Amino acid sequence: MTSQGIILSGLDGDRTWRLADYVKRGGYDALKKIIAEKIPADQIISEVKKSALRGRGGAGFPTGLKWSFMPRAFPGAKYIACNSDEGEPGTFKDRDILRYNPHSVIEGMVIAGYAMGCERGYNYIHGEIFEVYERFEEALQEAREAGLLGNNILGSDFSFDLFAHHGYGAYICGEETALLESIEGKKGQPRFKPPFPASFGLYGKPTTINNTETFASIPYIIREGGDAFLALGKPNNGGTKLFSVSGHVNKPGNYEIPLGTPFSTLLEMAGGVRGGRKLKAVIPGGSSAPVLPASVMMDCTMDYDSISKGGSMLGSGAVIVMDETTCMVKALERLSYFYFEESCGQCTPCREGTGWLYRVVHRIENGLGRPDDLDLLNSVTANIMGRTICALGDAASMPVQSFVKHFGDEFAFHIEHKKCLVPKDVQHEGSKIYVA
Amino acid sequence: MLSPESLKKIDREIAKYPPDQKQSASMGALRIAQEEKGWLASETIEFVAEYLGMPAIAVYEVASFYNMYDLAPVGAKKISVCTNLPCALSGGVHAADYIKKKLGIDFNETTADGQFTLKEGECMGACGDAPVLLVNNHRMCSWMTEEKIDQLLADLKK
Repeated sequence: MTSQGIILSGLDGDRTWRLADYVKRGGYDALKKIIAEKIPADQIISEVKKSALRGRGGAGFPTGLKWSFMPRAFPGAKYIACNSDEGEPGTFKDRDILRYNPHSVIEGMVIAGYAMGCERGYNYIHGEIFEVYERFEEALQEAREAGLLGNNILGSDFSFDLFAHHGYGAYICGEETALLESIEGKKGQPRFKPPFPASFGLYGKPTTINNTETFASIPYIIREGGDAFLALGKPNNGGTKLFSVSGHVNKPGNYEIPLGTPFSTLLEMAGGVRGGRKLKAVIPGGSSAPVLPASVMMDCTMDYDSISKGGSMLGSGAVIVMDETTCMVKALERLSYFYFEESCGQCTPCREGTGWLYRVVHRIENGLGRPDDLDLLNSVTANIMGRTICALGDAASMPVQSFVKHFGDEFAFHIEHKKCLVPKDVQHEGSKIYVA
Repeated sequence: MLSPESLKKIDREIAKYPPDQKQSASMGALRIAQEEKGWLASETIEFVAEYLGMPAIAVYEVASFYNMYDLAPVGAKKISVCTNLPCALSGGVHAADYIKKKLGIDFNETTADGQFTLKEGECMGACGDAPVLLVNNHRMCSWMTEEKIDQLLADLKK
């Protein structure tokens, strides 16, 4: 964990997550300021807009704009939900935020509750990180006991309570309406939109859902101002951001750096490519983002606009690095299996299509590919994309399209020669157990 | 059907949701029930349903949708190894192969003595710690080299 940013800086791993440590770092100052100065909700939302904070979960939607969609005056219950259901292969930043700085998320959610007139929030925590869920529960307890959550926060007339909901193993619950269904105690199957959650969300009430890192950025924006946050990044790409670097690097881990930092700098921070080998490809924004060849990636800076121009997405900031020992067919086979396994089964194009994608890539990898298989893959993806309720279908298709587009030669070689371009022993050596 | 301790934990889950939304606690209740029973038999699911005032089928839908619930008996220790791409690039598959060899079982199999079940896991959101595995859903083990796997299996056998 390396930080030049605002969320993980000044932390000492497992030793500084408690309320007292957070307060020492200036924690809850933003909330105290809001309460003491009775700052109007509109002013908070315009500060968030000014910061150019964009959703850190993957879509990159402007947070302030999202907040302004909430019908503040709507009578009755309204909800805030935090999406900590981090299961996108390559992404592991929210886990570090929750275990090392849980109060930053709590404070961000309380402020969101204040700004949008909500009395209750839920943090949906990924099933596989039970120990982190338990820690977050402890942090909630600390906040409650200190009067930072619950009725009449800090003696004001503002009340807000927050609870943790533990997932139990379903990637799809990272989709915001599936997440709401899951909090409601149902199968996590996405809802048709519209209506959007801001009008019909949790229990049918107006709800705003943001990512963990998004909420964790809020206290800084209120404390230091939206302009200060914006200045940390670049225009339209405000702030610093966590990048989870995994795969063939010497030092995998989370790196919190200003948006707009060159990819080459990030790669260097992560210790460079393992064993001095050659960089082959990078998935810059989590497994659903299109893969980019090394040459394109080395010219990119790490921000929404540059990665988008390069032909991919910044997504959740999960950077999966692959070196020359990687067989791209095998890599895609594993990802396609994942989407096949995790499709919720609600929409036919995705339920059936992800199976088709996996089986076709699987047969190519295993020397049974047919001459027209690449056309078939493109046809299947074209028939999935845009024809499903949620984005999982697109997420399954984009890797396939981009792998075939950029590494088509490797797929063709597999089909023609019934074997891999990268010798098996080289692949084996390249993917051995590696611990930094 | 469930111990008083488990029921107390379930009550804490129920209290997190609005009074008329008890069904929201079904996921937590099933987790707590599974922790006590080891897996979720139909009777356990029915009990949870009754406790929450839900139709049994609605709770069964939840139990069968999320993959950390076990609807069939598993070994005393269930080990799930992540083999997804980021982990695979750093030895996830090698770690799984090593465990298979040591335990003499494949994925989705249980050792003859009922001690261990091995599962292939999907992304656990800890790719920087690869190879990663989970013991009984809740304990995450990071950077699992062969030596650490040896040590873990020896500890779990005790």
